[in-house]
Amino acid sequence: MSEHFDAIVVGAGPSGNAAAYTMAKAGLSVLQIDRGEYPGSKNVQGAILYADALERIIPDFREDAPLERHVVEQRIWMLDDRAHTGTHYRSDDFNEARPNRYTILRAQFDKWFSKKVREAGALVITETTVTGLVRNEAGAVIGVQTDREGGPVFARVVVLAEGVNGLVAQRAGLRPELKPNHVALAVKETHFLSEEKVQERFNLAGEDDGVVIEVLGTVTSGMVGTGFLYTNKESISIGVGCLVSDYAETGMAPYELLDRFKRHPSVAPLLRGSEMKEYVAHLIPEGGYNAIPKLTGDGWLIVGDAGQFVNAVHREGSNLAMTTGRMAAEAIIALRKADLPVSEANLKIYRDALAESFVMQDMKKYRHLPATLEKNRDALFGAYPRALSSALQTLFRVDGTAKRDKEKQMLGIVKKSRGSWWAVATDMFKVARAWR
Amino acid sequence: MTDDLTGNPPKPDTTGLNIVVCIKQVPDSAQIRVHPVTNTIMRQGVPTIINPYDLYALEEALRLRDQYGGAVTVLCMGPPMAEDALRRALGLGADRAVLITDRRFAGSDTLATSFALATALTTIAQDRPIDIVFTGKQTIDGDTAQVGPGIARRLGLNQLTYVSAIDSIDLGKRELVVRRRAEGGVQVLQSRLPCLITVMEGINDLRRGSIQDLLRAARADVTVWSAEQAGVTNPMMCGLRGSPTVVKKVFAPSPRSEPAEMVTTEAKRPAQVAEAVLDLLFARNPKLEADLAARKGA
Amino acid sequence: MSETPAAGRAGMRKELPEHFRDYRNVWVFIELERGQVHPVSWELMGEGRKLADRLGVQLAAVVLGPKDEGTRTAIRQTWAYGADICYICKDAVLTDYRNEPYTQALTGLVNAYKPEILLLGATTLGRDLAGSVATTLKTGLTADATELAIDDEMSLAATRPTFGGTLLCTIHTLNFRPQMATVRPRVMAMPHPDMTRPAGRSVWYTLGVAEADVITKVLEFVADATTNEVNLAYADIVVAGGMGLQNAANFRLVRDLAAVLGGEYGCSRPVVQKGWLPAERQIGQTGKTIRPRLYIAAGISGAIQHRVGVEGADLIIAINTDPQARIFDFAHLGVVADALQILPALTEAFARRLGRETRILEEA
Ligand SMILES: Cc1cc2nc3c(=O)[nH]c(=O)nc-3n(C[C@H](O)[C@H](O)[C@H](O)COP(=O)(O)OP(=O)(O)OC[C@H]3O[C@@H](n4cnc5c(N)ncnc54)[C@H](O)[C@@H]3O)c2cc1C
Ligand SMILES: Cc1cc2nc3c(=O)[nH]c(=O)nc-3n(C[C@H](O)[C@H](O)[C@H](O)COP(=O)(O)OP(=O)(O)OC[C@H]3O[C@@H](n4cnc5c(N)ncnc54)[C@H](O)[C@@H]3O)c2cc1C
Ligand SMILES: Nc1ncnc2c1ncn2[C@@H]1O[C@H](COP(=O)(O)O)[C@@H](O)[C@H]1O
Repeated sequence: MSEHFDAIVVGAGPSGNAAAYTMAKAGLSVLQIDRGEYPGSKNVQGAILYADALERIIPDFREDAPLERHVVEQRIWMLDDRAHTGTHYRSDDFNEARPNRYTILRAQFDKWFSKKVREAGALVITETTVTGLVRNEAGAVIGVQTDREGGPVFARVVVLAEGVNGLVAQRAGLRPELKPNHVALAVKETHFLSEEKVQERFNLAGEDDGVVIEVLGTVTSGMVGTGFLYTNKESISIGVGCLVSDYAETGMAPYELLDRFKRHPSVAPLLRGSEMKEYVAHLIPEGGYNAIPKLTGDGWLIVGDAGQFVNAVHREGSNLAMTTGRMAAEAIIALRKADLPVSEANLKIYRDALAESFVMQDMKKYRHLPATLEKNRDALFGAYPRALSSALQTLFRVDGTAKRDKEKQMLGIVKKSRGSWWAVATDMFKVARAWR
Repeated sequence: MTDDLTGNPPKPDTTGLNIVVCIKQVPDSAQIRVHPVTNTIMRQGVPTIINPYDLYALEEALRLRDQYGGAVTVLCMGPPMAEDALRRALGLGADRAVLITDRRFAGSDTLATSFALATALTTIAQDRPIDIVFTGKQTIDGDTAQVGPGIARRLGLNQLTYVSAIDSIDLGKRELVVRRRAEGGVQVLQSRLPCLITVMEGINDLRRGSIQDLLRAARADVTVWSAEQAGVTNPMMCGLRGSPTVVKKVFAPSPRSEPAEMVTTEAKRPAQVAEAVLDLLFARNPKLEADLAARKGA
Repeated sequence: MSETPAAGRAGMRKELPEHFRDYRNVWVFIELERGQVHPVSWELMGEGRKLADRLGVQLAAVVLGPKDEGTRTAIRQTWAYGADICYICKDAVLTDYRNEPYTQALTGLVNAYKPEILLLGATTLGRDLAGSVATTLKTGLTADATELAIDDEMSLAATRPTFGGTLLCTIHTLNFRPQMATVRPRVMAMPHPDMTRPAGRSVWYTLGVAEADVITKVLEFVADATTNEVNLAYADIVVAGGMGLQNAANFRLVRDLAAVLGGEYGCSRPVVQKGWLPAERQIGQTGKTIRPRLYIAAGISGAIQHRVGVEGADLIIAINTDPQARIFDFAHLGVVADALQILPALTEAFARRLGRETRILEEA
């Protein structure tokens, strides 16, 4: 006898968990399937958790979620090969009762979230890969096939929360293949460092306080991408990510970049004496608004990374994943209550909810950025960082040169970096417009 | 020695085998670290798995059940999160799962562990006498291989360790024939039920449960017992207090002082490199050369 | 073993109960099977001597076996290896090793003659027996120790690897007797026997177990030498290949070298996953743990799951094209080169050195 559920959720990342939890909590019968050995075993993230998105799903998550540190300081560094120029913003206001951002270890966090999903009443099965969708004569999706014996499993709706690769949707012809310039490949290591050392090296007062460093510049060797370094309780997460198309073009290997990043004179002292615990690589969808595939159809919808919901500029992903997962669930719950079919037309409520929320608005705001960055990558990820560094070095070196001459030299450096002031102005204009 | 755990006479007519497999949830050893300051084991955030040897034991139990009928119960002592391991075992096809979890079990050495597990086994056997208890050869965290013999001893079960094959079982006579790995060879042993078998790696290939197995496992309740519910009447026998051994120190092995000696020769021809390797090898270990020469070889 | 933080119990004090105070002497169980004593027993006699001297007590050997020449020889050897006392139980039920009668004999002896330390080899026999004996006696047992010492409080400190060798811990049995440990073969030095050493005191023990009382029977013993069975775990010499060998056919090079050395061959996990070799050849955490005298690893990167399975080898030679390969972190000798070239060259070199025919090579 085949099983029948109100909903099947493919994937147990943040988006799938949010969807499964919300639906199960509302009393729907939910089956969630993940291919990992346990939920989260294959999941990779830096990782920053944005509290707001989770709070709207599990208001008291702080009571038992495995949180590492809450972020009290954000640094943004522009790197060239030997220097970094940075801003640090630290505020005691971040030491609030309900902090806004946390560092987490995804494997632990996903496991916790999955436990919540199970407690809410969903059935969760792991080590099982969804291999395809089952459709009826009319073409509507009515269930999934898996790599296990025992035939298909049926449901009124399939929520595709399968992450960036989106193979199930792709194979079913629901979305096109990923384009290499729409995904970044990030590599990340976790380095063990004692709690005391983490606090000492990052000037942290409390054992729960944390620092986040976002890095731009030559760390990516001229490719479009960024680096990051996050403090956990007893470890540091460090990584870099660049567009897959750029790796292909430059022939650079991701681990080479990470290796170089770790050896950078500004970074090496932060890692000194640490011990590598884990090395992982994962894709990040960075195609932005223009890369969002069709999100709904008869009997199916897409949430999270599978729908390209990542705001690369602000390094937000899991919050968009959780929010889209929740909104999908709310739409399905509403249709179930009204006893309406989960058809493409009826799923308009999901599309509308997305459009009204920060999710689509942010995605839209940065819609031109990916293309702009890619087109101007030589300037933005090579020339400018170098120019900035040498300009500042000129400023800070006291060597008997008059300050007025120094200013001239500095301007000269910036101009030279792009050949002409016209080029510099064009770059600025393009980035500003893409940002707007 | 009694013929089952409750001391009742054997009941040859009970359908099939009543089997219990002891499984332990262990940290993935690759990721274990010692805290450099406190010198304690840090397992927080380290992924956990079912002890790999126990999976072979489970598969062997499932095979016997499929062949002779009966039921397979998985039993684990551990923290509440060990429920994951039991649920996974259910997904592989086990019929029932029991977790014994209690703060009083914390800090158990092998003697206290075998006491707790043996007590729970006796409680399980109240429903129906147990025919076979399976354990893995050893765990990958403790590596002791002592818990299996400990359970057998406490329950008076015929002890069959390092079993690499179960040749036959005669349910009528309650006899079985197994192959046991010994030093320099294999013992073919005939013994009798009820028995305890510790299983060697590679005895079988793990199955993958069907989607129905997984759904059943996801819905199944793992029975969770406290020490009392497991049948423990004397908590002094459990956990720290029931453990005669004391771990005084845990430390990381000092990294090898000398890294690998690299064989470098001016010449690059493989034959010359090979000669250089042999020179270094036999310089380090002259006895090896004599011993190798003395062997029969190819 | 326990997983409590060491700090939890490390502070526990030694308070030996009255009835254990007359437990004295260091005992070594002599592992005798089919007329042969396992070498680990002599290694333990060497180690036991040191412990006994430090404690100022006597060293005793325990010999259990049938009434035959093998048992007599074993008893004679115990004097040569330093025994002051030999506890002997000769009985036909002890002909083949079986848990029941051996456990009864050894626990009976312990209860009668009260040793403070009892050591066994960490072999399949020793571990099978030690587990039951310790449980019967309700005393502590440290498995698979690699180092033994007597601390300032005169108690046995046994150090052993755990977590597949990623950690070491030191374990004591403070308030129970005897203090038991099984010890890995080949970690303690083999002492030189002194054939002129006079015999010590023999103590004879009578076991009241009839063959009819022993449920388990040995139908047959199949010696490894007589079978083709893969016996990686117990092989003295192992040659293994990894993904660096590139295809199934190239494993011939690994087999050839193993053959010339009279050893076994194995592989890393992905090789099994590719179907190039059967699962019984896999070495590592989820495969076989090996402890050979010589391990040659060709085209294996040295991932931790592989490492924990081979670290016990006395000598590791690694061949890898990548000078950064992690295998060089724990190998003793490293060769940065193409395994496909070096393996046949090694086969030839060994064959020549060891005076073997190069038949294999010519065939190949
Ligand atoms: C290095 C890195 C750093 C990041 N840092 C941050 C950060 O700091 N903050 C932030 O908010 N976001 C960050 N992100 C992005 C964030 O991780 C993702 O946006 C988020 O995980 C998306 O969640 P998801 O549920 O859509 O997909 P995923 O987390 O990828 O989950 C998909 C799940 O589906 C399962 N699955 C896939 N296919 C199948 C199948 N066929 N059958 C069964 N199961 C399947 C997978 O096993 C997986 O568990 C980062 C990403 C990376 C790679
Ligand atoms: C839970 C778990 C359990 C595992 N259990 C085991 C286990 O029991 N045993 C095991 O082995 N692995 C195990 N693994 C897998 C382990 O993590 C590694 O993936 C595996 O050991 C790698 O095998 P390899 O070294 O052969 O392959 P690779 O990692 O691909 O390395 C191949 C090596 O060959 C070198 N090479 C390439 N060409 C040549 C050449 N011509 N000559 C010489 N060198 C060359 C390369 O430089 C490289 O170092 C396990 C993994 C997990 C997650
Ligand atoms: N806590 C536990 N719960 C269930 N089974 C266990 C536990 N500890 C050990 N075992 C079993 O005993 C075997 C030997 O363990 P060990 O003596 O720790 O090497 C394992 O393979 C398990 O089958």
